[in-house]
Amino acid sequence: MAQLICQDLTLGYDGHEILSGLSFEVDAGEYLCIVGENGSGKSTLMKTILGLQSPMRGKVTTGDGLRRSEIGYLPQQTVVQRDFPASVWEIVLSGCQGRQGLRPFYTKEDKALARENIRKMGLEALTKRCYRELSGGQQQRVLLARALCATQKILLLDEPVSGLDPKVTAEMYGLIDTLNKRDGITVIMISHDLDAAMRYATHILHIGSTVFFGSKADYLRSDAASSFRKEDETA
Amino acid sequence: MTEMIQKLTLYLQYPFVQYALIVGVLIALCSSLLGITLVLKRFSFIGDGLSHVAFGAMAIAAVFRLTNDMPLMLAITILSAILLLRSGQKAKIKGDAAVAMISVGALAVGYLLMNRFSKSSNISGDVCSTLFGSTSILTLRKSEVWLCVVLSILVLVVFILFYNKIFAVTFDEDFARATGTRANLYNLLLAVIIAVIIVLAMNLVGSLLISALVIFPALSAMRLFKSFRSVTVCAAVYSVLTAALGILVSVVADTPVGSTIVAIEIAAFVVCWAAGAIKGGVRK
Repeated sequence: MAQLICQDLTLGYDGHEILSGLSFEVDAGEYLCIVGENGSGKSTLMKTILGLQSPMRGKVTTGDGLRRSEIGYLPQQTVVQRDFPASVWEIVLSGCQGRQGLRPFYTKEDKALARENIRKMGLEALTKRCYRELSGGQQQRVLLARALCATQKILLLDEPVSGLDPKVTAEMYGLIDTLNKRDGITVIMISHDLDAAMRYATHILHIGSTVFFGSKADYLRSDAASSFRKEDETA
Repeated sequence: MTEMIQKLTLYLQYPFVQYALIVGVLIALCSSLLGITLVLKRFSFIGDGLSHVAFGAMAIAAVFRLTNDMPLMLAITILSAILLLRSGQKAKIKGDAAVAMISVGALAVGYLLMNRFSKSSNISGDVCSTLFGSTSILTLRKSEVWLCVVLSILVLVVFILFYNKIFAVTFDEDFARATGTRANLYNLLLAVIIAVIIVLAMNLVGSLLISALVIFPALSAMRLFKSFRSVTVCAAVYSVLTAALGILVSVVADTPVGSTIVAIEIAAFVVCWAAGAIKGGVRK
């Protein structure tokens, strides 16, 4: 059974439709890239999957033992976070908050999990540092560690490499790939970067004027890919 | 100097000075804790807006000649806080404009009501003391002191119990919500606590100066410290010290309590800013 099933979704806001009739499924261990032009509804789709926004029609369901709150999320940076006084430790640990219910304080297990994910992301030396003083790539790794505290199963990444330089971008992609291949975490990534999508993804969801969902090999043969590629070249 | 100390020891034996100190310090402590969240969520002005709403509510209470205006003030202020924080994200009128609108509206209507319906012989004096809290903290009755103490402790306990949740919701509301934290519930809780603090703080500094109690401790602490916990602790200590000092100075030097506290907070902010600049190199 699929971990995430989107059935006949119609997305939009304020009664304004931007995408309709969208259906796709994601199985455990897959690496799905969502590509499409600006304004095609990628971020809206992501918010809908996370349950931050309800679809105008259709529904999102989870399966394979995945609960809706077990979806880890790597958001784009917000203005609030840019000058937020918080240490790396505090931010990573806050990833465990979703499971706390009304329990006021973190348990030993939560702290061990946070420590483990800090190690996994290679942030040990920065644990006590202030988030706002880190480089863009380090900040993304902190948020990734936080997302890993919230989930062991599936990660949603919203343009994880935007604003990073080429070297850090490659490292970030490598890190995400390791999580997918070694730890078996399902990855859903919104991306502008079609080359990276082609390199790492197992499946592609292309939204916009033409909609495509399927494996990477099928996508390469489809019209959606060639039209998107062409736009990319002229742009 | 010895003369001043003698004067201070003498004053400290008066119950009204003791009450003022207890209540003042507790209120300052509570407002500084919540202030960090408000400043970081870009809601600094909500404190200001709400205090004007509380002023309006007080005027309404005066019109109906309620002897105890606290419950009505609390109810109206809590309601406005919920409306303002809820509308923060998706309202047609943007957050800051909504706050400004409610804030001046309540101020104007409040003054209008007090001017027309108040039976007091000294209306401008009344208005002045409500806005700047000139003397009311020194005229607290024992029951009011108890109410303030109980509410402050309640706020403190709630803050400590929900500290981790408040951090999660302040740092990244979308993430918190997506991973199963009931962000709306905690936003509601924050709104209620903020409203309670505002109503309490009106006694101390009056409605125009409440923002200072909310903003200065947080901003000063953020100059010096870099983790949420250390900022919280520093803001609390800063706030307690400045409030206590402000009250003592105002008693000895016979100056208005609210303005004195705020003046000391400004001075302390400058010190923190300078210390932060020296410590971390000059930042903008």
